[in-house]
This record gives sequence, structure tokens and C-alpha cells, in this order.
Amino acid sequence: MDLLTRIANEVRAGEPDAVRALAAEALAAGVAPAEVLRGGLIAGMTVVGDAFRLREIFLPDVLLAARAMQSGLEVLRPQLAAGGVPTAGRVVLGTVRGDLHDIGKNLVGILLGGAGFDVIDLGVDVPPERFVDSAVEHGAAVIGISALLTTTMVGMREVVALVRERGLADRIKVIVGGAPLTEAFAREIGADGYAYDAASAVGRVKQLVGAA
Amino acid sequence: MRPTLCLLEDPLAERIVSEARDVLATLGVEVHHDGVLNLLADHGADVDRAARRARLPAALVDRALAAVPHAFRLFDAAGEPTHDFSGWNVHFTPGSAAIRLLDGATGALRAPVTADYVRYARLVAGLPHYAAQSTAFIPADVPAAISDSYRLFLSLLHGEKPVITGAFTAEAFAVMHDLLLAARGSDAALRERPLALFTCCPTSPLQWSEATVSNLVDCARAGIPVEVVAVPFSGFLAPVTLVGTLVQHAAENLSGVVIAQLAAPGTSLLWGCSAAIFDIRTETAPLGAVETMMLACGANEVGRRLGMPTQAYIALSDAKALDAQAGLETGAGAVLAALSGINSVSGPGMLDLENAQSLEKLVVDHEACGMALRLVAGIEPRDDFPARPLLEELLREKHLLIAAHTRRHLAGQIRFPGPVIDRAPEARWQEEGALTLGARATREVERIVAAWQPSRLGDDAKRALLRRMEAAARAAGLDALPVRVEA
Repeated sequence: MDLLTRIANEVRAGEPDAVRALAAEALAAGVAPAEVLRGGLIAGMTVVGDAFRLREIFLPDVLLAARAMQSGLEVLRPQLAAGGVPTAGRVVLGTVRGDLHDIGKNLVGILLGGAGFDVIDLGVDVPPERFVDSAVEHGAAVIGISALLTTTMVGMREVVALVRERGLADRIKVIVGGAPLTEAFAREIGADGYAYDAASAVGRVKQLVGAA
Repeated sequence: MRPTLCLLEDPLAERIVSEARDVLATLGVEVHHDGVLNLLADHGADVDRAARRARLPAALVDRALAAVPHAFRLFDAAGEPTHDFSGWNVHFTPGSAAIRLLDGATGALRAPVTADYVRYARLVAGLPHYAAQSTAFIPADVPAAISDSYRLFLSLLHGEKPVITGAFTAEAFAVMHDLLLAARGSDAALRERPLALFTCCPTSPLQWSEATVSNLVDCARAGIPVEVVAVPFSGFLAPVTLVGTLVQHAAENLSGVVIAQLAAPGTSLLWGCSAAIFDIRTETAPLGAVETMMLACGANEVGRRLGMPTQAYIALSDAKALDAQAGLETGAGAVLAALSGINSVSGPGMLDLENAQSLEKLVVDHEACGMALRLVAGIEPRDDFPARPLLEELLREKHLLIAAHTRRHLAGQIRFPGPVIDRAPEARWQEEGALTLGARATREVERIVAAWQPSRLGDDAKRALLRRMEAAARAAGLDALPVRVEA
């Protein structure tokens, strides 16, 4: 079994120490860092993502794999520094204004990070202006907003409206989620996307990044 | 702490037993078997042969209770232990001897056939919360004379789990014993590692039929464990009060204990119960009634007080379909049975007043059993003290999904049900087809049956089973057994 396959397997197994050691071994053997990233780390995470989507594995398995991938990235980062670490895209996340419940938002952030996205987490109780300002500042293609309460979820409409008001709708997409939300509500407020759980959020964000 | 349910205060339980002893000593039991009456008379019972009645003095009951084992085990076809009938251990078994099957495709209750039974045996093999298979229903495509032994044959051929079964006639026992010997290999091995447990029910009030008492004695002498299961109906064939019914139940069961221990001292017995209330509106004995469940749990406490492992028919429903009534009656029964520590719980899969079985319901009930077993595992500390370090980790990491503590204890703390239990967000449920419980259960039955692996029982043993069953079938006028299925 070649080194890259072994790295991918250890990512799938969620073994950070093994991934770190194998990544270093690959670099020492002269394998290009971009190749270690593509053929080892991302290859492993891709398998994990597919299995997660098919409900063959569960959230903790993905998080363990993501942690293992990060340990490999740490080894590669100095050599990738010149060109920067390639990302799947940049996403601004936060809970809607007035809502302090961040479990779902945190899960989405972790999974997006594991899928290679650069996540800007604004935390909880985020005003509409801050969502939009941060997206512009960081060049994010997607704003993700979470709510747990029916009383706060209506505030998501203001973020969508502000994106449009500033003429950013063609390059910044808004995705919403949270326990009380429905696809119909997302459509009603004009959001670009809706995800009913953290697993489906990753796929939706990928679609939106492609569309942004 | 194991959570428990207690319905009888000690003085009441004691009084129930003492009243039952008095009933046996004064009224006695009617026994339709000369040999058993002789056996009882030889050991001190006051026998009125004309009335076929035996009065059992307290000393005789005491000797029987002193001889009956406080615990015993069952073993699967490979000889591995599956049941430990002792203490508060709980084992679930599908309900038995239904005459109809809820057809998963049509929703109709119909007569089951061999192919249904094979699917049943393969399904139960894949449901781990059922420690035993039962001879759950009666295939209608064989003569009645072999319908009991044929069920056992199919179970032994297709499943490895021990079989909770019973004979419908005195003559059938010989065939069934032969089948068990064929599967286990020898009489000594069968005695050492029982592969089946027979149900023997006295007839209320206070009677033993010739067939049933013959089975009881035959099992005892063959070293086959028995569940003695009295079936009094409150307000009809027993006092309307639950206490009065428990007294009669105890007397009827104790008479079985005496007979079995006289036939073969040390015979392994379960103190069983199928007492039920009688619903005068429908003229039925509902198993899903809360009072029926209370009788099962109360009888269990009486059996426990006598030092015997226990059994009851509970965790089943009187509904005619896999509906909400089926779920609530079965679920409530499973939980009460587990809290009571009933050692052998017979019931899952059953519908329609013990008349119908359902493969789909077996899959759903399996989840109720799993929930009940998790409940009685209780709440115990698992590396929880001091609490602060873990909460510090939570505040630092924002979640504990992959914390070492979580990974160490997740499987033991949280039980994840199978796909028949829907916990998905509504949007995901829609995306996956918006399947109802019935549709999910049907799909799960198909999946498990398709994944069945042949029993580890040796080919020689399987051939011996087939030869014995074919001989019994020929004797019953059947030239060939119904559809042969690869086992």
C-alpha cells in the first residue's frame, strides 16, 4: 500500500498521530505537499463524507477524521505556505440576532471545516449588519444563519434583505437552518438555501459555493 | 441502581402464598391422569380417585419447593449459554402458538404456512434482544397431529436460539424429544445444556388435563425445563379481585411444581403466568389490559418469594394491526416486565388476544424490549466524578462529541434503535420517502431475513432432524413435508 493510501486510510480511521507521521514520511520521501494533500488527506475525507452522507457513519466519526486531517495539514502547512492552503470556500456562520443557541451552528462549522471550508464563526446573537460586513470583509461566498427559536428565526429575513439591499446577492448566498425552520420558511424569506441538519448543510453549502 | 417495580407488600405476598397452600390442602386439584394421581398418593397427597382430585398437604408443597432449582440456564444450538434464569435477569421471547399471522403485504390476518414460519425463524435469528425463539405460530399446511413438533423442527433447522415451545398432545412429546436429541446429540448433552423449554398450563380452576400433565411429567423425566403457566381469568374462572386471582394462580402453579418435582426432583421450572382479566363487554381475556399486566408482575413477585425463576405472558397487544394500540400495550408491558424482573418474558410479536403473530410487529417490539433492557440497566456513574474536568473540556472544545469520555461511554450509555424507530428531522424523513412505521418495519423484516446465515448446527444433526420429522409426518398421513427450504 502506498503512502498516500495509508494516509487516506488513517484519516478515515481518525488517527491524528498516524496521519501526522505518515505526512512527514511522505514529504521526506519527496512527495509534493499538494499531492499529499490531494491524494492523502482530501481523499480520506472524501470517503468519510460519502459514508456520512449515506448514514453509514455518524457525526463523531466525521469529527475524528477531520481532526486527523488537521494534524496532517499542520505538517504540510509550512511547505504549502507559499501558495496557501487550498480551501473549498469561505463561509461566515452565526446564530440569528437574539438567539443564544449555538449547538447546531457549531456542528455545521465543524463539518464545514472538515470538508475543507474556511469558516468564520461570528458566534451567537449576531446582528444582520455584522453578518454582511464580515462576509464582505473576508470575501465569503456564503452566510450561514442558525436559529432555535420561532421568535428569533424571523430575524433571518433581515439578513437576506440586507444582502440584496447592498447589491451582493450575486456573490454572497445565504443558507439558513435550525430546529423550527422548514424549507418553506427558507423560500418565504428568500434564502438561497436550507439545511435540516448539519450533514445536509455541507452539501448545500457546496452547491451554493458553486453558484456564488 | 437497578430500577424495580413492586406491587405486593411482603405481608400480602406471604398471605397469597399461605392461602394458596390452604386451597391445595383443602380443595386440592383435579388431575386427569391416573399415573400422576398414583404418584401424588404415593407421596402423601389425599387422593379421591372417583373425583380425580388430589389434596396436597403443606409438607408435600414444602418438599417440592425445597427441590426446585432457584436458577438454571438455556443454551443455543452451538451449546453456548443464552439464558441465565436467576435474580433480576430479563430475557424476551416472541409470543407463541398463534393460529394466525398478520400478513405484512395485505394487512390481513390469515392462516400461516411453512414459508411464513421459515421467515419468522430467520427473522428472530437476527434480532438480538430476543434471547430465545418460540414456536410462535402454527403452520396450517401440515396435519394438526404434527403441528406442534413441526414448529419445533423448523425452529431447530433454521435458528440457533433455544426454543420456548410446548406439545398439544401427550403423544407429541416423544417426537419433540427426539428432535431435541437429534439437535443436541445425546440425552446427557440435552440434560446438561437444555435447548428447549416447554410450556405446561394447568386448566382453571384447579385442574390438570391428561395431555398437559403428561407433558409436565415427560419433560421432568427427560430433564427438559418447564414453565408452569396458570391461566386464571379474573371475574370469570377466578375471583374478580387481583389478589384473589393471584391466590388461585399460585395454587394452580404450586400443584405443577409438586407434580414435576415428584416426577423428577430437581426439575428446572419457571413460575409462569398467563392470568388475565375477563372483559365482560367483549367476552375476551385481554393481554393488553393494565390489570393483566399487574397480575403478571404480581405473580412474578410471588414466584420470586418462593425462590423460583419466573415467566409471564406480557409485552403483547390485543390490537388487530400494527397500530398505536399495539405499540402502547406492548411497550407498557415490556417496561413493566423489565422493572419487575420477570426472567422470561413471552409476548413480543403477538396481537389479537394471543391469536396472531406479526413479523413486522416483532421488529417493532424488539425496540420496545431494547428500551426496557436499557431502562433496567439504570443510571450509574461512569467516570463522572469529579465533574469539573469534563465540563472544562466542554467549555474549551465547545462540544464533547469526540471527547475520550464520550468515546469510552457512548455505546454503554445511549441505545440507538434500529431503523423502524424514526428520529429524523421531518425534512429528512420526507427526503427518505416519508415511510410509516409499517413500511419501515416491512423493509426491516426483508433486510434481516435476507441477511440470515444458516445455523451452525451440523449437517448430520440437520439430516437427523429431517428424518425424524419426515417419519412423524408419514405417520400422520403426510407423504412429504411442505416446501423444503435450504437450512
